[in-house]
Amino acid sequence: MKQQVLINENYKEKYGFADPEISVFKTGKGLNKSVVEAISNRKKEPEWMLKLRLKALEEFNKRSVPLWGGNLSDINFDEITYYFDPSDKKTQNWEELPDNIKKTFDKLGIPEAEKKFLGGVGAQYDSEVLYHKLREDLEKKGIIFLDTDTGLKEHEELFKKWFGKLVPYNDNKFAALNTACWSGGSFIYIPPGVKVDVPLQAYFRINAKNVGQFERTLIIADKNSEVTYIEGCSAPVYSSNSLHAAVVELVALEGAKIRYTTIQNWSNDVYNLVTKRAFAYKNASVEWLDANTGSRCTMKFPSVYMLEPGAKADILSIAFAGKDQHQDAGGKVLHFAPNTTSRIISKSISKDGGRTTYRGLVQVAKGATGVKTSTRCDALMLDEKSRSDTYPTMKIEEQDVNVSHEAFVGKVGEEQLFYMMSRGLKEEEAMAMIILGFISEFTRELPMEYALEFNRLMQINMEGAIG
Amino acid sequence: MNLIKMEPMLQIKDLRVEVDGKEILKGINLKVNKGEIHAIMGPNGTGKSTLAYAIAGHPKYKITNGSIIFNGKDMTKLAPYERAKEGLFLAFQYPTEISGVNISHFLYTISKLRNNLNPLEFRKQLIEKGRIVNIDKTFLDRQLNVGFSGGEKKILEILQMLMINPKFAVLDETDSGLDIDSLQTISNAINQLRSDDFSALVVTHYQRILNFIKPDFIHVLIDGNIVKTGDFNLAKELESKGYTWLNQDFTK
Repeated sequence: MKQQVLINENYKEKYGFADPEISVFKTGKGLNKSVVEAISNRKKEPEWMLKLRLKALEEFNKRSVPLWGGNLSDINFDEITYYFDPSDKKTQNWEELPDNIKKTFDKLGIPEAEKKFLGGVGAQYDSEVLYHKLREDLEKKGIIFLDTDTGLKEHEELFKKWFGKLVPYNDNKFAALNTACWSGGSFIYIPPGVKVDVPLQAYFRINAKNVGQFERTLIIADKNSEVTYIEGCSAPVYSSNSLHAAVVELVALEGAKIRYTTIQNWSNDVYNLVTKRAFAYKNASVEWLDANTGSRCTMKFPSVYMLEPGAKADILSIAFAGKDQHQDAGGKVLHFAPNTTSRIISKSISKDGGRTTYRGLVQVAKGATGVKTSTRCDALMLDEKSRSDTYPTMKIEEQDVNVSHEAFVGKVGEEQLFYMMSRGLKEEEAMAMIILGFISEFTRELPMEYALEFNRLMQINMEGAIG
Repeated sequence: MNLIKMEPMLQIKDLRVEVDGKEILKGINLKVNKGEIHAIMGPNGTGKSTLAYAIAGHPKYKITNGSIIFNGKDMTKLAPYERAKEGLFLAFQYPTEISGVNISHFLYTISKLRNNLNPLEFRKQLIEKGRIVNIDKTFLDRQLNVGFSGGEKKILEILQMLMINPKFAVLDETDSGLDIDSLQTISNAINQLRSDDFSALVVTHYQRILNFIKPDFIHVLIDGNIVKTGDFNLAKELESKGYTWLNQDFTK
């Protein structure tokens, strides 16, 4: 009991503090046509977007909550506020943000990280991106990095060409929800041949209670360009539920390379139901690095559709589930063209009755010869109460393929702990070192600052792991 | 022998140890003075490794009677990490693999626990001590024991020992499965530590390693009891005659 308190206290102090709620505009509780119209109206959107939103709303109402995966029966859709704008001011200068909000982002270390090693930053607070800036030299190269609302305003043609083309409004109930009330997120375009050697980052903060955050991200990497994008997120600790349902679409045109890194750190009362999908064209490569800690329930399966020969997909995910948490995560790779390759590595840790699920899809279409694909999922359970399941699906319609799948479920062994303790490490230090080793395949792919921060986050999660 | 040498470093008194409810050690008495190296010999399954684990504090090895006194302090109930802090080290017979843990990082962490080192001093020592055990740089970038050959694992155990610089080392069949070059390397490393303030217990089947290390005393462990104690000549006798004659002596 004491241990659980400690974890929450630590999260609370570092990420889980709350600012007083302020809003300059918010919709009433629940979702209906007038709410969607109010959002669209406030954003002064083109007519086609409103129509799409309304169509998506119908779809959302029509579909039932999925019965597979995590238990979503506690979500009360009528209690949620679907749009919550905390400030009229959208700025390129941290100093111009309202005091509380500026302090929050300071505490989360965003402005400092921007100064040190980022090429551009977007910071979303509840429904709106309040701060957004791209380094000048990158802007001069023709790179577009905007919040998605501004993206629609300033680049409507490019926007319209891809928005909802990867994840259609009727893809699933939560994609429909997102399409109906999306707000914020990142819109990125990298011109042909431009390689961005510093990461672009977006940070998503939920502050208000019972609020829904529905950001929408669209990244288009033109021919032979390269970009690394990092998203982080957190929320205050409340005892009522919040909902985060994002949609992310990545387009990697011929020879382009996109690396998309997520460090999710929601408080334990957030339902996190996200649809992430990428199209990879000829010789393009897409990497999803996906870390799922926090949230009450996460359902997220980043996917890559390899549409032309030579495309590559790499999905590396880790999940941590503690008390009352369920991480239902994994990855999907779909090979529609010859000589495409993919790799999925999934690592999960469960403790204190937490539950992790790996859910994956490997699909090879007829005619996609010379495909190579491998999946590995490793699950570590730290006690008897915790649970881990694996649901891999394979749809292989071609003979000439190389498919491998490995799975491992285990516990931290007594011998491993004793070995480390005999060198002078306390039991919890030994445990932490073993766990950080277990996830190092993931952390060593992160920029150093993130790796350190993520290891600290895992240590907070691990505190009290020893009975 | 000078006076300092006669001070006991490790004293084991009437030690009885159970594993999974079965008694393995049946009243061991052993005294290792400062600066001495003792060898424990004996056939398979007589409790040699049990003694090593019990000294290090493995939770599966339950001490039902007796005590382990280390530098005047009763260690019988201390956790393994507390024993390590006091200066005890166990070189494992079968070191366990721990994936994702980088060896340099691990060595830094564990040597810092006992020795006040800054990263620079650590690097210097690591190079110096790495030379003693003939490792190349790539060795240090690997993961802890993962994919190691038996010999490489033993070398890493000895490197850990050198970096930690313990007061007392228990070497559990460190010599088994080693070729003659590695055996010599490891013996050299142990001899490097020899001083008035370092003692060791070498658990082994064979005389081979003892030729290099030259222990002060040899004890024969059979069926959970020390049945004979002697000097280096005893090892030679065992090598030619085996253990059966002792076994018979004991059961009479």
